[in-house]
Amino acid sequence: MVRVDGRELSNSLIQIRGLDKTYRRGGEEIHVLQGLNLDVGKGEFVAFMGPSGSGKTTLLNLLGGLDVPSRGKIVVDGDEITHMSGNKLTEWRARHVGFIFQMYNLIPVLTAFQNVELPLLLTKLSKSERRKHVETALGVVALADRMNHYPRQLSGGQEQRVAIARAIVADPTFLLCDEPTGDLDRKSADDILNILTRLSNEYAKTILMVTHDPMAAERAQATLHLNKGVLVEGVAAAAGSLS
Amino acid sequence: MKFAPLIIANLFRKKLRTTLTIGSFAVAMFLFGILVVIRGAFSQGVDVAGVDRLDVINKVSIIQPLPYSYRDQILRIPGVKAITYDNWFGGVYQDEKNFFPQFAIDPENQRVVFPEFVISDAEWKAFLEDREGAIAGAGIAKRFGWKVGDRIPIKGAIYPGNWEFNIRGIYRGSRDNDDLTQFWFQYKYLDERRQYGKGLVGWYTVKLNSPDDAVRVAKTIDTMFANSPYESKTETEKALASDFAKQFGNIEFLIVSIGGVVFFTLLLVTGNTMAITVRERMGELAVLKAVGFTDRFVLLFVLGESLLIAAIGGVLGLALCKVFTLGGDPTHGFLPFFYLPGPGILLGIGLALTVGILAGILPATSAMRMRVVDALRGV
Repeated sequence: MVRVDGRELSNSLIQIRGLDKTYRRGGEEIHVLQGLNLDVGKGEFVAFMGPSGSGKTTLLNLLGGLDVPSRGKIVVDGDEITHMSGNKLTEWRARHVGFIFQMYNLIPVLTAFQNVELPLLLTKLSKSERRKHVETALGVVALADRMNHYPRQLSGGQEQRVAIARAIVADPTFLLCDEPTGDLDRKSADDILNILTRLSNEYAKTILMVTHDPMAAERAQATLHLNKGVLVEGVAAAAGSLS
Repeated sequence: MKFAPLIIANLFRKKLRTTLTIGSFAVAMFLFGILVVIRGAFSQGVDVAGVDRLDVINKVSIIQPLPYSYRDQILRIPGVKAITYDNWFGGVYQDEKNFFPQFAIDPENQRVVFPEFVISDAEWKAFLEDREGAIAGAGIAKRFGWKVGDRIPIKGAIYPGNWEFNIRGIYRGSRDNDDLTQFWFQYKYLDERRQYGKGLVGWYTVKLNSPDDAVRVAKTIDTMFANSPYESKTETEKALASDFAKQFGNIEFLIVSIGGVVFFTLLLVTGNTMAITVRERMGELAVLKAVGFTDRFVLLFVLGESLLIAAIGGVLGLALCKVFTLGGDPTHGFLPFFYLPGPGILLGIGLALTVGILAGILPATSAMRMRVVDALRGV
C-alpha cells in the first residue's frame, strides 16, 4: 500500500523523501511542494487530487524527470533520479516512464501507428520488431484497426487511447497520467479509465494519475490529496488538512 | 534513416507554407545559377587564356590595326616560338541577330599557336586549298545547321560587299569550356578583296617558349615599335581577356552584390518561416523530449527540416537553371559561354545548405533549450 509518512514499503518502486519544490516569481518564493514523502509499491494505481495550484502536476513532472526538485530525493526502482544529468535523465525517462497528457499531445502529421512507434525509435529494435510492439500496444487499447488514421481522423477518446498505446509501447516501469480524462465526455472517460484499470490489474502496471474527477479517482487503489504542497492520504485526511 | 519519416511528415504539415519556402529557395537558386552563368560568360575568356601566349595590339585601341611586317620582326625575338595574326571581320549572316565572331586568320600558324582547337588534318588541308574556305566552330555549326561543303554568304559590315565562304571543316575544343562559336577564313582572301587596310592585321598572338619569358618579350616588342606610327601594346592573353571583360563594368562586384542581397533576403524569409514553424510546434517538441528524445536530437531534427527545405529548393532551382542553359546562349552570340558549370552547381548547393543551416540554427537552438515543463504548460 502507498505510504506518505516516510516509512519504507517492502516492495517500494517509487520512494520520495523530503521533497521540496520552490519557484521564484519576481522577488517572491513560492513553495509548491514542502517536505513531501511518498512510497508507491510495484503495480499500484494511485490517484492524486487537490485544488488547482496545489502541486499535483509539479509532483508528476518531478516523478517523470521533467523537472528537478529544490531539495529532497526521488528514487525509482533503485535509481536516484534527482542528481542525474540532463542527458541521463532523458535516457532514464525513455526506459522507465510512460506519459499520458490531458490533451493527448499526438503529433498531427503522423499516423496512429507512427505516433505509437515514436518511443521505439530510440531503441535498437528492428523495423519488424517495432511493428509487432506497436500492433500489440494498439491492440491493448482496441485501436489496431485505426493504426493508419491520423489524429484528426480520430475522436478525442480514440486519440487518448493512441496516447496510452504510445505510453505503454516501450513497456515502461510506470505510467504518469496528467488529467487523462479531463478533456473527454463521460463515456470516453470511462473507456480510458477502463483501459488504465486493465493495465493495472492485468499487466501490473504502476500508475500515478493526477485528476480532478472523483469518479476517475475511484478507479485507483489509493487516492492522495495535495493541498498547499503537502500530501495527505484519504478523503477524510484531506478534509482535515483543508480545514 | 528511421527518423526520416518524422522530418518528411513535417514538410506536409502546412503545405502552402512549405511550397512557398521551397519556391523562394528555388527562385533564389535559379537566379544564383544565372549569375554564375553570366559571370562565367564574361570571365571564361580569362579562364581559358593560354599562359604561354601574348597578345600584341595597337597601343591606341584593339580596333586599330598593326602592320603585317611586324610579324617577322617579332618572330626574331628570343623566346618567341611562333606567331599568328587575326583580323576581325564583323559581317552579318542573314540577320544582325545572328551574331558570331568571324576572323580572317593566318592558316600557316593558327594550329601551332592555338592547339586547343581540334580539327582533322583532312579538313584542314581542304581549307588550305580553297581560298574561300572556312572553318566553323562546332557550336556555331550546330546553331545554324551547317555541315562541310555548305556555302555561307556573309554580308560585310566593315568590309563592304557580299562575301561567300565554303565550309571546309568544323573545329572542336579540347576542353569543355573552349569557345566553339568562331568562324575562320583565310587572311589572304580578306586582304585581296578589301578596298582599304591592305597589309594590315588586327592583332598578333605570340606563342612563347616559356611563360617565364612573357614580361621580357612583351617589353621588347613594345620597345621595338615605340615612336612608330603603329605603337604596340603587348600583354598576356589572360590580361587582355580580363581587360576586355572589364569594359562591361565590374561584373564580379555586380554579381556578388546582387547575389548577396538575394541570399540575405532568402535567409530572412526562411529564418522567419522556421521560427514560426518551431514556435507553433513547441508542445510537440516538448512531447518528443518527454518520451526520451534528447536535446541534441531536437536540435538536429529542426535543423534537418530546415536543411531538407533548402536542399529541395536549391536542387530544384539549380536544375531549372541547368535546363534553361541547355537551350544555349539566349543573346545569340553576345554570351557564347552560356552554361552552368559543375563547380557552380556544387557552390549553389553549398550556399543553399548554408542558408538552410543559418535559417534553422536559432529556432533549433531555442527548441533544444526549451524546458519540457514550460512548453507543456502552454499546450
